[in-house]
Amino acid sequence: MTLLESVGRFSIRQAEYIGRLAIQFWYCLRFSVRASPFQGRGLRWQRTLRQMGDIGVRSLPVLCLVSGATGMIMALQAGAELRRFGAMEAIVTMVGTTMTRELGPLMAAIVVIGRSGSAISAEVATMAVTEELDALRAMALDPIDFVLVPKYLAMLVMLPCLTVMSVFSGILAGGVFAYFTLDLTLLAYLSRTAEILLMRDIVSGLVKAVIFGSIIVHVSCLEGFTVSGGPVGVGHSTTSAVVKSIFLVVLADLLCTTFFYFFWR
Amino acid sequence: MTEATGSTTKRSDLPRQAGRDPVISVRDLKVRYGERTVLDGVSLDIYQGETMVILGGSGSGKTTLLRHMEGLERPAEGSVTVKGVDLGTASRTTLTALRRSMGVSFQSAAMFNSMTVGDNVALPLLEHSTLAESTIRVMVRIKLQQVGLTHVEDLYPTQLSGGMRKRASLARALALDPEILFFDEPSAGLDPVIAAGLDDLILHLKSAFSITIVVVTHELTSAFLIADRMCMIYEGKILAVGTVDEIRSNPDPRVQQFIRREADQPSEASSRYIVGA
Ligand SMILES: Nc1ncnc2c1ncn2[C@@H]1O[C@H](COP(=O)(O)OP(=O)(O)OP(=O)(O)O)[C@@H](O)[C@H]1O
Ligand SMILES: [Mg+2]
Repeated sequence: MTLLESVGRFSIRQAEYIGRLAIQFWYCLRFSVRASPFQGRGLRWQRTLRQMGDIGVRSLPVLCLVSGATGMIMALQAGAELRRFGAMEAIVTMVGTTMTRELGPLMAAIVVIGRSGSAISAEVATMAVTEELDALRAMALDPIDFVLVPKYLAMLVMLPCLTVMSVFSGILAGGVFAYFTLDLTLLAYLSRTAEILLMRDIVSGLVKAVIFGSIIVHVSCLEGFTVSGGPVGVGHSTTSAVVKSIFLVVLADLLCTTFFYFFWR
Repeated sequence: MTEATGSTTKRSDLPRQAGRDPVISVRDLKVRYGERTVLDGVSLDIYQGETMVILGGSGSGKTTLLRHMEGLERPAEGSVTVKGVDLGTASRTTLTALRRSMGVSFQSAAMFNSMTVGDNVALPLLEHSTLAESTIRVMVRIKLQQVGLTHVEDLYPTQLSGGMRKRASLARALALDPEILFFDEPSAGLDPVIAAGLDDLILHLKSAFSITIVVVTHELTSAFLIADRMCMIYEGKILAVGTVDEIRSNPDPRVQQFIRREADQPSEASSRYIVGA
């Protein structure tokens, strides 16, 4: 009975959470339409640009390092096995497709969760605790419109860009490995990779980036908006924003990959 | 209770609001936080152009009542109607539209810490008016001057003193020339001279623009000066509503205790203190 009860309570909480995310997403879409650079004073557009700097540009160095290392690790691990079959050439395919479809977007998302997701939830939660969000509402500015939408639009632009950079540095690292083990020049390696990659690989990577970006911004903001318990709560909401974002991003990745596996071969 | 020390100041009768529809109307509002009942069936009408002062002990639910009238909390039980809009059922967009005619100053000031004071005050104007940016900058300076602040536009809220922050938040609340103003303890933490200046500002606002003003305050002198009507909250209920004179002559001992600033259950020491006063 108690087990049933706790399972029930757990499901209700999850359903409620998903519901909240959905409502927030709906309002965000409605407000996003108004954020065009040609309307009003262009203030929303300016805020979006500032967020783009925060989310995108400053994550780039660390992302390139992380993805480069990931590409290299993959080449090394695959190489260790493929060597036994004399199929080292397959490394080019493996690194190219896996980075583009899978690890490029995933690494970009992980880095952005760590850098921006946590920062977003801390910022929003602090605003909630200090009544700044109430002050916004009181002056007829919807916090979703004023706080979330610029971050969301910035993320929609920046995460795909970051993903491209991430994919590129991963593939490049694979190229370095290929140069030393396969006697393949970097140019030859890159053109081989370009031959191998299909439209499907690139599109699925970018679609994932858009989905991951939506998850990161919405989860982080929701954690911030629903903070409770004063300044201590800010820390909690940051932690849970990171944990929930990572979990949901990986889950979404699984769903996307399954979808592409079955429906777009 | 001891004999009344009621002052003899007579206020000329203010125009009564008889026959008009209330701008804000609270009906049987009940608010609970967990087990705890904060507001227990509050009903209150506030009319166009009047200044309503809400009195009550610390933690009696004044801020909670104000937040419901501002539409920041949805009433769970009972109803709150502002300018004919039921805040319990109004859509998010309706609420936002309604709030354009409100100015709110929070107990905690609630300035945006990531913006300068000038930008804080300019924000509602930038967002909701079509005025030129240079005009807005001039208006910001005027609004800040009204609350006695000069040369603070380029400072950040954290660089101001508590009292200065409070006044800056008043300036922000005034920015859009609202029809309804909510002040949560505007003069808390201000020195007497500035507090008096604030009273003058409120009196000016109401005589010049006939704004509806709702003020929560602990400063009794100020309360009696600015109020058209007052109400007193005690343990989640409205104990008394009425004009200044009606409140002064209210027979309820708890009201009298509050407006005569007596400590709970007057002991030897505190009654001596009162006699001495
Ligand atoms: N979000 C909340 N969660 C739980 N309890 C709350 C919440 N907000 C207010 N309360 C409780 O409601 C009661 C009334 O709070 P409120 O802030 O309205 O008091 P107040 O009359 O404004 O007091 P003060 O004069 O000290 O500002 C308090 O006892 C407080 O503990
Ligand atoms: Mg209060």
